[in-house]
Amino acid sequence: MTAAGVPLSWYLILSAVLFALGVAGFLFRRNIITMFMSIELMLNAVNLSFVAFSYHLNQVDGNILAFFVMVVAAAEAAVGLAIILTVFKNRATLQIDEVESMKN
Amino acid sequence: MDGILFLIFAAAAVLCGLNVVMQRQPIASALSLIGVMGSLAALYLLLGAQFIAAAQVIVYAGAIMVLFVIVIMLLNAGAEKRTGVSLMARYLGLPALAGLLGALSYVIFRAFADSGVVRFGRFSAGAARDVGQALFTKYLLPFEITSLLVLIAIAGAVVLAYKEFER
Repeated sequence: MTAAGVPLSWYLILSAVLFALGVAGFLFRRNIITMFMSIELMLNAVNLSFVAFSYHLNQVDGNILAFFVMVVAAAEAAVGLAIILTVFKNRATLQIDEVESMKN
Repeated sequence: MDGILFLIFAAAAVLCGLNVVMQRQPIASALSLIGVMGSLAALYLLLGAQFIAAAQVIVYAGAIMVLFVIVIMLLNAGAEKRTGVSLMARYLGLPALAGLLGALSYVIFRAFADSGVVRFGRFSAGAARDVGQALFTKYLLPFEITSLLVLIAIAGAVVLAYKEFER
């Protein structure tokens, strides 16, 4: 087979599918850690779009944006997991619907 | 060859992504997420973004996911209890998601119908040298602000975890 590539839109569709999976996980899962991982999945999907557009426009800017998203995701993971740790110490649960003190 | 590699890694990414959402055990979700990130790193390489591919493996699959796995281990998180999701999520969730995906696909296919094919090697400005050059000239201010953000995040994480051990 020769070097027949795939259309750019396939990469974007893959990105959309991964993003939708992340949204589904965030909506339907009840475990705080799994919900947090769904957010990471969404960030990854958006990164794929950035890199694909960077290729399409033949500019490096998309790669830079993907890099910034990565850095922010690392910071977010550190703080988020610290918060999850604190919530678990106080409530002894990871179920999101048992953490509802801000509801009423 | 490009097409075959894309199909292999795209299928791996989607399957692992499905596994992230479907698994009841958080540790299984975390390991599947590492699979997603590895396949995405291969796709970045196909798109010519060498630096981002390496950073994806080192930062995402390496650092962030190790953090997740350690926290899951530390909290001894078992299988998720099955509780009822809210009425709106149950009845509107999947149709809304399908609508979102359909709308996105429609827009993408309309806007990028004739955008040409992706060929490995056509775009080579994603090497560490080019990324570094852009990062330290055009994007210097955002880069420095990001370093400040990371510093604040570290301080915040330490404060949160420190209160933890005081008690």
